[in-house]
Amino acid sequence: MKNVRNANVRYKNLDDKELEILAGVGLDKDEKERTATFLQSDDEVLFHKSLNPGIEIFPIEEALRKYPWVKEYYGKSFQLQGKDYPEDTQGGYFIWVKKDVHAFFPIQACLFLKRKSFSQRVHNLIIAEEGSKVHIIAGCASSYTSGESHHLGISEFFVKKGAYVNFTMIHSWKEDVDAEPKSIALVEEQAMFLSNYICLKPVRKIVMYPTAVLLGDGSKARFNSLLLAHPGSSQDIGSRVIFKARNTSAEIISRAVSLGGNIIARGHLKAESPKVKAHLECRGLMLNPEGLIHAIPELETFYQDVDISHEAAIGTISKDEIEYLASRGLTKDEATGVIVRGFMDTEILNLSQVLKNEIDKLTVETLKKGL
Amino acid sequence: MAKYTLQVKNLTVKVGSQTILDKINLKIEEHSTMILFGPNGSGKSTLIKVIMGISGYDIAEGDIIFEGESIKDLSIEERAERGIGIMFQYPPKIRGVKLEQIAQFLTKEEERIRALSAHLNLDKILHRDLNVDFSGGEMKRSELFQLILQKPGFFLLDEPESGVDMENISLMGRMLKAFLKEEKPACLIITHTGYILDYIEAKNACVMIDGCLFCLGHPREIFESIKKFGYEKCKECQREI
Repeated sequence: MKNVRNANVRYKNLDDKELEILAGVGLDKDEKERTATFLQSDDEVLFHKSLNPGIEIFPIEEALRKYPWVKEYYGKSFQLQGKDYPEDTQGGYFIWVKKDVHAFFPIQACLFLKRKSFSQRVHNLIIAEEGSKVHIIAGCASSYTSGESHHLGISEFFVKKGAYVNFTMIHSWKEDVDAEPKSIALVEEQAMFLSNYICLKPVRKIVMYPTAVLLGDGSKARFNSLLLAHPGSSQDIGSRVIFKARNTSAEIISRAVSLGGNIIARGHLKAESPKVKAHLECRGLMLNPEGLIHAIPELETFYQDVDISHEAAIGTISKDEIEYLASRGLTKDEATGVIVRGFMDTEILNLSQVLKNEIDKLTVETLKKGL
Repeated sequence: MAKYTLQVKNLTVKVGSQTILDKINLKIEEHSTMILFGPNGSGKSTLIKVIMGISGYDIAEGDIIFEGESIKDLSIEERAERGIGIMFQYPPKIRGVKLEQIAQFLTKEEERIRALSAHLNLDKILHRDLNVDFSGGEMKRSELFQLILQKPGFFLLDEPESGVDMENISLMGRMLKAFLKEEKPACLIITHTGYILDYIEAKNACVMIDGCLFCLGHPREIFESIKKFGYEKCKECQREI
């Protein structure tokens, strides 16, 4: 009984429709298969809880009060890159995964926009201590009650020696919402940072260029994105990896589909050290003459001993593919749906088995409704 | 009186201003197999594609009657729905779409998918992207697999044995034979090598040369004659059909 009451308290002010939207970005409200949960609506943190003593999850302000050392991290990744960051933020989460802690179930963190004309501005801090391993699913969404709203999310990741952070972010905004995530991950020796990004719902404008800085020998990064631009949407989305140590490697993979909206798919591999291996791949599918896909892959280095490459391809669905599937009895619309869902292959994402089935289902359902 | 599954009547097909098929007439009786021989570029594949409704070809004249109904204005999927199936010679690669997905679209019986894919040595490629990095043999077996699951009443095979080693030809031949025996579909098969004739019982064959059909006769006889005298002899005998 206590749990039920708690659940009601936690989700106060959120109606069934809103809970459904949040479920669509990965929120498991029963927390059955989650290690920890954080939920913020506009500027109010609705609740936070961790089931694993090796993992702490708080609102960022509380973390700064409780642990003075957190100040050392706050803003550090931006300062090291010589970048400014907005300081007028309110809320955001602090996730601290302690040394050698491995969590089987993911941590979930949700940021929800409810109020009209509200600007949500959060600063998140994720620290994965040495040897730890964690999956995070971050869902950002807007309620049907929002409008002319804005989301700014600063995220800093500190992935320490030998740690593994797998961060999956799902966005579900609206035609009159703008979003501006800004994130930097600092990755130490033998550590790995994986970022999956999925944006299949309409949005007015998204600008983001998350960056991973590989600081330690043997560290790795991978960015995977599935992007769908509805008419009226403008998505300027990239991923950048800066290599500052030897034997580092990275991969950036994106799939972009325009239904009439604009997508700028950027990618930047910057090798500031020898002994770097990396690849960037961008595929785009144009399904409407009104849309735009602009792939901008960049490779940059001063060193000879690097192996960095890119490939980009944009096209439309070939008539042969549609007719082939039609000969098996699929209508043109069914064939198009099957091909686009295939193009938006969740296999390119690096997901744990726990999340894979969930994300596959979410993606297929969203695409079925969205196409 | 014989009942025909397919009748091609006086069919002229053009691509742009070029005539590819010239006044073709062809009848395929129900439950029977027709073999189509002919040199490269003679229009055999075009005929098969036009029957399936593949785009890019203009029917300038004539008609295609399937089970008594004109199908020339039907879409590909409407033809598939009526029971026409095709095994493509060069199927397109479709990334992210798994062979298993198509199989599940064709039948709801998972057990049939498992059993047939095992018979055709396809169990390992069920989860692979359709036709992406398939070997020649895998591609043909995958096409036959889909066709058998689809259970068409009439099907079109475009060189089922090309690019396939002897072991795979034998496997496919046996599967095809069993399928013909069980489902009794009518079919039209293009072959160059004639290997397929070792496995199936075909009543008739004809030869296409330069977009015209010649020489309706027994497949073995025609095949032997082609081997001995080449296609030109077929043309000489002037038995245009």
